[in-house]
Amino acid sequence: MNAILDRNRVWWARPRATAGGRQVAAKPVAKTTSAAATAGRPPAAGGGAFVRHLRHLLATVVPPLVVTGVFLGLWEMATSSPGASLPAPSQVVSDTWELIIHPFYNHGGNDVGLGWQLLASLERVAYGYLLAVIVGVALGVLVGQSTWAMRGLDPMFQVLRTVPPLAWLPLSLAAFQDSNPSAIFVIFITAIWPIIINTSVGIRNISPDYVNVARVLRLNGFEYFTKIMLPAAAPYVFSGLRIGIGLAWLAIVAAEMLIGGVGIGFFIWDAWNSSMISDIILALVYVGLVGFTLDRIVALTGRWVTRGTQSS
Amino acid sequence: MSHRYLSLEGVQKTFGAGAAATEVLRDIDLAVDRSEFIAIIGHSGCGKSTVLNIVAGLLETSRGSVILDGKEVNAPGPDRSVVFQNHSLLPWLTVYENVALAVNKTFGRRKSSAQRRAWTIRHLEMVHMEHALDKRPAEISGGMKQRVGIARALAMEPKVLLLDEPFGALDALTRAHLQDEVMRIQQELGNTVLMVTHDVDEAVLLADRIVMMTNGPAATIGEILKIDLARPRNRLELADCPQYNHYRAEVLKFLHQRHRNPEAEVA
Repeated sequence: MNAILDRNRVWWARPRATAGGRQVAAKPVAKTTSAAATAGRPPAAGGGAFVRHLRHLLATVVPPLVVTGVFLGLWEMATSSPGASLPAPSQVVSDTWELIIHPFYNHGGNDVGLGWQLLASLERVAYGYLLAVIVGVALGVLVGQSTWAMRGLDPMFQVLRTVPPLAWLPLSLAAFQDSNPSAIFVIFITAIWPIIINTSVGIRNISPDYVNVARVLRLNGFEYFTKIMLPAAAPYVFSGLRIGIGLAWLAIVAAEMLIGGVGIGFFIWDAWNSSMISDIILALVYVGLVGFTLDRIVALTGRWVTRGTQSS
Repeated sequence: MSHRYLSLEGVQKTFGAGAAATEVLRDIDLAVDRSEFIAIIGHSGCGKSTVLNIVAGLLETSRGSVILDGKEVNAPGPDRSVVFQNHSLLPWLTVYENVALAVNKTFGRRKSSAQRRAWTIRHLEMVHMEHALDKRPAEISGGMKQRVGIARALAMEPKVLLLDEPFGALDALTRAHLQDEVMRIQQELGNTVLMVTHDVDEAVLLADRIVMMTNGPAATIGEILKIDLARPRNRLELADCPQYNHYRAEVLKFLHQRHRNPEAEVA
């Protein structure tokens, strides 16, 4: 996709064209919101661990189901009138049913299933985020270790980290002359700041006790790095990584709206241009679920890697 | 006087510089024989831990020198292993790995890996921690952590073992138990030990000589008390021993009459 052209797209005008030849379906479907239906089940009678386990399970599962059900019900009621500007949940499901059941269709060009769109976005995030992790941890170690480097680099970091992700996009388009590396760069530059800052704080907060142990043992620089510094700073590093992945996922949607091509951000923008509000809502749900999953993956990795390091 | 195994000669330590400089230690002269157990006692803030850190090489002297076995001390090293007050085990390593890290670093070239493993386990057995090799520090009690800390220090086969208030954070029963262990191990291995403490009973029970420090700033050695009690010592028998109680009274008099706690005087 040619980014230089896309830049000139007038994207606040609302065109009428439909995308990909799909019809804007409008037939109502009587589909109940079944989430709340399971909530009222009575707890099983009798004693034992199984029942306690079941009761615990119900206690954790029921509240989110009830709240989600109520939310969907309110939404359904609010948007059920004929002149409503947003579709009701039932409408969304019926409109997007083809998209839901065929996540990996491929009609060529940009007309591919939501699964492909998400994978395209995830690929960009993966590249940008991995680069940010490598460079961010390295810079964080440098800034945490060297007072000179901290004094030199910290003011620049503090200013640059407040620049909104999308503000970097024109600059990176000018530099890379291509949309894909530009998007990756935006992810990189968005995710790197919390990684740098948290890593450097983690390095600076290494307990003097551990440093003394290292000195008595006469650990050399490499041994100190691998045996003391990395494990001691790991909890901080991982909280930086977790903030970083969240920001990266926030930035990719916005960046893809501008650069076009394939990607969930572009899909949302394309759906808007085609007035397919239901598609947008479905995409938002997917974006949220993927973002949540990414966050959990990083959090669980962090918990696994830093098991035991918090206590002393 | 420099024929002794470990000697501190005219050690002086000043923190800070210029107008903000504080002289912490002045004219510390101490000579220690091989296999001698020295306790350093004094009120908090008198600089007794500073003495230990200087011997460890973690701090540099402002003037004077520390000589161990004919060589001047000017950097930390495994020949002066430290048991820190808060154990300082690395929480991301298991009990075995914590000791093995020290063993591998100290004997990396001189012992085969099987020998190093046996050496590590032997020292953990010495402190009765062989049952918890694969536990992490967070999973064991405070007393156990300190046992591992002691095993780590002993496993480095130091010329002098430095104990920095090693039992200060433990409850009285655990402390007594560990004191007995340290006494037994020191008898067995003949370690030269320098121990900082503020516990009078601990000092009298464990030490061959007690170094009593005056209050800071510019603290120095006030008196040195030789403890002539036969070893092995038993805390139950000593409780009724007049000589033991005499030594105890001597230390108490020094700490509470001649050099009272500066904080108590303010209050």
